[in-house]
Amino acid sequence: MPESIRERVMVRFERCVGCHSCELACRVAHSRSGSLAVAILEEPKPKRRIFVEQAAESPAPFLCRHCEDAPCVRCCPTGALRFDEASGLVVYGVDRCIGCHACVMACPFGVIQPGAGDLFVVKCDRCPDRDLPACVEACPTKALVLERDFLLDRRRRTVRRFVEAARTAGTEADFVATGSIGNP
Amino acid sequence: MLLKKAEIQARTITEDGQIFLQKAAQDGLETVWDRYEVQKPQCGFCELGLSCRNCSMGPCRIDPFGEGPQRGICGADADIIVARNLGRMIAAGSASHSDHGRDLVEVLRKVGEGYAPGYTIRSVEKLQKVAAEFGIASDGKTPSALAVELAYAMEEEFGTRKKALTFLARVPEKRRAIWNKLGITPRGIDRETSEMMHRTHMGVDNDWQSLLLHGLRNALSDGWGGSLIATEISDILFGIPQPVTSEVNLGVLKEDQVNIVLHGHNPIVSEMIYEAAQDSELLALASQKGAKGINLAGLCCTGNELLMRRGIPMAGNHLMTELALSTGLVDMMLVDYQCIMPSLGEIATCYHTLMISTSDKAKYPHMAHHEFHPETAQAKARELVRLAVENYARRIPAKIQPAPNAPTRMLAGFSVEAIVAALGGSVTPLIEAIKSGDIQGAVGVVGCNNPKIQHDSGHVTLTRRLIQNDILVVDTGCAAVAHAKAGLKVPEAATQAGPGLQRVCKALGIPPVLHMGSCVDNVRILNLAATLANTLGTDISDLPLAAAAPEWYSEKAVSIACYAVASGVFTVLGTPPPIFGSPKIVKLLTEDIEGLLGASFAVEPDPEKAAERIVNHIRQKRKALGL
Ligand code: SF4
Ligand code: SF4
Ligand code: SF4
Ligand code: SF4
Repeated sequence: MPESIRERVMVRFERCVGCHSCELACRVAHSRSGSLAVAILEEPKPKRRIFVEQAAESPAPFLCRHCEDAPCVRCCPTGALRFDEASGLVVYGVDRCIGCHACVMACPFGVIQPGAGDLFVVKCDRCPDRDLPACVEACPTKALVLERDFLLDRRRRTVRRFVEAARTAGTEADFVATGSIGNP
Repeated sequence: MLLKKAEIQARTITEDGQIFLQKAAQDGLETVWDRYEVQKPQCGFCELGLSCRNCSMGPCRIDPFGEGPQRGICGADADIIVARNLGRMIAAGSASHSDHGRDLVEVLRKVGEGYAPGYTIRSVEKLQKVAAEFGIASDGKTPSALAVELAYAMEEEFGTRKKALTFLARVPEKRRAIWNKLGITPRGIDRETSEMMHRTHMGVDNDWQSLLLHGLRNALSDGWGGSLIATEISDILFGIPQPVTSEVNLGVLKEDQVNIVLHGHNPIVSEMIYEAAQDSELLALASQKGAKGINLAGLCCTGNELLMRRGIPMAGNHLMTELALSTGLVDMMLVDYQCIMPSLGEIATCYHTLMISTSDKAKYPHMAHHEFHPETAQAKARELVRLAVENYARRIPAKIQPAPNAPTRMLAGFSVEAIVAALGGSVTPLIEAIKSGDIQGAVGVVGCNNPKIQHDSGHVTLTRRLIQNDILVVDTGCAAVAHAKAGLKVPEAATQAGPGLQRVCKALGIPPVLHMGSCVDNVRILNLAATLANTLGTDISDLPLAAAAPEWYSEKAVSIACYAVASGVFTVLGTPPPIFGSPKIVKLLTEDIEGLLGASFAVEPDPEKAAERIVNHIRQKRKALGL
């Protein structure tokens, strides 16, 4: 993968406390004023691109996955939605959009929503002007992380588990003694 | 949108609740359960007690996973923030009960001074007894003069100049020694609440342990102060409750009568409405309008107060308040304060119901405000009952649905005085029954409803298990109404109890579950426990007792639970309080506190498991007593 491809926002579900801070931050990031106090008075109201839902009694934040072979891109009759090779993101150009909402129906996660005002649809743009997306920055429990951090975290945790298991399970000599090593 | 059968059954176990949930949905109403659904997921920080809004450098939140911030801007850590939040909950609960008590003190004084026509002193006996406790001699004084003196003495209790509240004389000596040692003897009712607000201001008390200790003192100022004053004055003014039969559930609303529903907590308004509803002129007006009479019904604790003293039927408890309106049969609902959902006024606009708010400190959207003051309450009550009668003709036939199920019978009115009388004049027979093992112990199952728990199932499941184990259950508030609806409050329910409790109930002609009043009346349970301990010359914490609030929601319930534990009663909560963000505080309250107070908290949402824990606790206490 080329260097320029930006990471997706990944979710560590077990950490989400359902505070909706990410939704708020996303709204502010996509408001005209950029400030919470002013944004709440704006019309049309700024829309969020991330959705914290309740699933099986746990809060679960969801946002555009920026799929590679994206269903929304495939069904868009005008090319308003397209996969941008350079950034690795599914990008939306309102100028080509005819407001048919085929993408709204096609998205398997339901994270493209009908727009309001001058937008036909609204979806996560991964905050193009920011290194750290607003939602990631706002999340107080670090449930939202970028792909690289996510992978690093998963890997380290798994490695830690293995090492701990090996440590507590005993020495190599124990294994030999019980016949589990050297006795294939 | 209509609800599926499974959805309805998941919300409530009550028959009338299930029927009227569907009716409410049909009429397009949004109920507390619908609003709960759309609040999900609820904020995890607040659930854990980890959010702080005590100053404007904040709001601050502590990351319970340890990766994000571990301190508020001021530097407060999770323990401090959780303790501060819990302290403020206690303060709010205690303030509510105590302000209710203060209102009654005011009426008592005005009755004595002759400014409150309509109200009288119904129990001179109690007036004299309580006055004596305050060191006021009754000889030669008229009840009015005595009432004024007592009212002034009680007003002093709210202030700050005392070392200890007067009613602490009722507390077993060993218990008072514990409080003195811990420095939690409550001094003034308002003082402790005020001090709690001070301590939890940014930069005051930042030791989570001392914050929690003051929380206990604050709660004790409610239990042995504000609430106790409210109960005692209610008895003086409106009479000491005596066993009385009545009925419960939405079936008590009559299709052919003017239905006036009384909701809230303060008996000052409802007692006057009760009088007005007996007025022959108004009854004549009702029959002129085609109604067969004027039917009063209660909701929540105002209902409990009237039920205990006048036997008026109960329409339901907290989660039934919105559904009561959906019958289309309520001609007027009067509310005073506490636990009145702000949604009620708007729901009522769907029907012909007149919604009336009555307290100078509690106004609600879409309600007409008619303030009650002792001086004019009598006339005001007549005016309102007249309005209700006139409103009978405005019922909307298409929206009416009477409850198809018959009301459930019940017995209420078990004040301590009534229980002692039923026992033949002293608590000795009860102690004997406990000693012999016929009664293994007693548990107060109290508290509210909470949509997070299937309506009434927490109360009813727990109580059924307890009585099966020969444990006598006493109850108050919304729990009491839940038990009554489930048919546990008739003498015949004794057959559902274990063999020992069954024998006692049959001998005395009482139900296995005794209704001791409203939530302020939890102090009756406390008084009973103190009387038992004093008779035995021991401490409350030595007795085989426990308390449970399986479906609590309110800040008042937090205060009640804290004064119960501080008084030595093991207390099990069904809904988790917002303290789990601090493992240290959880450990202190559920384990270590036992060593200090001889009692602790437990949190157990599953009522079956809660029953198990309580039964075990009672067995242990019996064993320690050598029983
Ligand atoms: S709404 Fe716009 S983006 Fe979506 S499919 Fe239609 S044209 Fe494409
Ligand atoms: S990445 Fe940006 S647009 Fe997408 S949800 Fe987060 S804040 Fe909103
Ligand atoms: S900000 Fe983080 S913790 Fe809060 S709802 Fe969003 S993902 Fe969950
Ligand atoms: S008191 Fe401290 S923790 Fe609370 S809001 Fe202020 S700075 Fe934050």
